Amino acid sequence: MDNTELARLSTQVRRDIIRMVASAASGHPGGSLGTADLMTLLYFEILEHDPATFTDSGKGQDVFYLSNGHISPVWYSVLARSGYFPVSELATFRALGSRLQGHPTPVKGLPGVRVASGSLGQGLSTALGHALGKKLDGDSHKVYVLMGDGETQEGQVWEAAMFAAAHRIDNIIAFVDWNNQQIDGSCDQVISLGDYQGKWRAFGWEVLTMDGHDFADMKRVIAQAQSLCGNGRPVIILTRTDMGHGVDFMCGTNEWHGKAPSAEQAQRALAQLEETIGDY
Amino acid sequence: MKRFEYTQKKDTRSGFGAGLLEVGRRCGDVVAMCADLTGSLKMDAFKKEFPERFFQAGIAEANMISVGSGLAKAGKIPFVGSFAEFVTGRVYDQVRQSVAYTGANVKIAASHAGITLGEDGATHQVMEDLGLMKMLPGMVVINPCDYNQTKAATIAAAYHDGPVYLRFGRPAVPVFTPEDQTFEIGRAVKMISGSDVALFATGHLVWKAVEACEILEERGISVELINIHTIKPLDEQAVIEAAAKCGCVVTAEEHLVNGGLGDSIAQLLARHRPVPMEYVAVDDQFGESGKPDELMTKFHLDTPDVVAAVERVLARK
Repeated sequence: MDNTELARLSTQVRRDIIRMVASAASGHPGGSLGTADLMTLLYFEILEHDPATFTDSGKGQDVFYLSNGHISPVWYSVLARSGYFPVSELATFRALGSRLQGHPTPVKGLPGVRVASGSLGQGLSTALGHALGKKLDGDSHKVYVLMGDGETQEGQVWEAAMFAAAHRIDNIIAFVDWNNQQIDGSCDQVISLGDYQGKWRAFGWEVLTMDGHDFADMKRVIAQAQSLCGNGRPVIILTRTDMGHGVDFMCGTNEWHGKAPSAEQAQRALAQLEETIGDY
Repeated sequence: MKRFEYTQKKDTRSGFGAGLLEVGRRCGDVVAMCADLTGSLKMDAFKKEFPERFFQAGIAEANMISVGSGLAKAGKIPFVGSFAEFVTGRVYDQVRQSVAYTGANVKIAASHAGITLGEDGATHQVMEDLGLMKMLPGMVVINPCDYNQTKAATIAAAYHDGPVYLRFGRPAVPVFTPEDQTFEIGRAVKMISGSDVALFATGHLVWKAVEACEILEERGISVELINIHTIKPLDEQAVIEAAAKCGCVVTAEEHLVNGGLGDSIAQLLARHRPVPMEYVAVDDQFGESGKPDELMTKFHLDTPDVVAAVERVLARK
């Protein structure tokens, strides 16, 4: 898919995010907007998957885990837009009885979601378990997982990082949404991530970086990551993004991490996001 | 009264190890993980026979629980093991989100549960685990009584589709249930028929209860002994029927009085068949170092404590 078309899709995804969060009057727009380009690229180009034949085990397909479950709006949007469930269901986000819970869960039968996430730090471990399962099955498809950067303050992430290298789990590509923002401020202000690339390297990972708003760069780096798979080392791509990207008054700040826009603010945001393939 | 005898003592954790090896041979999807306690959990035989299906987690239990969830999602049947404290209290949120709420088909193998862990002391002697685990929606909680039953329970857990908490212990204890038993999750086992008191015991306390029944028989007291190997789902019909038949109840478990088997039975009977009830369990306190037998005596989990509880409840009947 050419980059122009990807950009059109991700703009629509951003509209979905704003409309869902505004409608629910709750949710997490900041990280959702920031990862809209990456998630669009993954679901519309990178992942080898067939939404119509989704199963938990994902045998013969790539699988994806979202560890920072609070950015569920972006995930629900790309899942719906890529065919996992009707786009109209996005209107039920966070409503009573909806399959689109505030944080993702498989218990209500939403296709595309395999585990509950939201309590942070667990998704990398889960993805590694699935990657081990694929290896046991001789399934050459990959496991992809996205985490937040603030999330990696959780100790379990580093347990998982050590485990992956020790077990030479090389059929996984992890992404970190490296926006340097979290609820209480910048990561630097809260608990600095320090030499972030160095930390992952020291844990035995192949470490790549990319611009999470540049489709050409992401395509190039993800292809490089894929080529590094199978060499006995896990791969991580630290993805530079702007929290709130695409909406000027939400961009580059942690203010909109977990706050819904008012109706007026939502209209201001939507005015900056073209309706490209049609609102739900 | 039906009599039980034993010819040998074995630890229930060895029953788990034997069961794991058995299901490993039966099913290629069974995998196992352990957090640096492979020998203590008797997982060595499985590891030796199926090295490609065993994953050492290291001292990182949180990761182990969530890796287990991912293995389950991939279609495997993972048994993840450590000391009971470290796969419950230490990782409660991982068990809650990655396993229970997700509904992942993970089997949590919990060894060295209770006071009989012994000399290591209270840091390792979890007596809250049954309560912690049974409160999680959808979690099956099993606490078998001897080697044979633990082996059978392990096999049954593998065939159950869904999260299971399987609790067993460290010390060698009498082997008195049949080697060829079938284990049905959620089905209580009537050990001894009686009419004066319904005695519900679980885990190591089942043998103590057997001994108590013999003493009580000599005193002219007829006890109906029921082995509740599955704390959840509780065999409600068996409990209500025995309570109705006998008119009073005693529960016995190697656990705190808060949150354990006794709590489950009291809650059930309060709604359906209120009768006088006494508990053999540990009061609101932590354990301490000592030999298992010494600790069972000090913390009032021994045969005389079961006898005394039966006599107390009879006085209230």
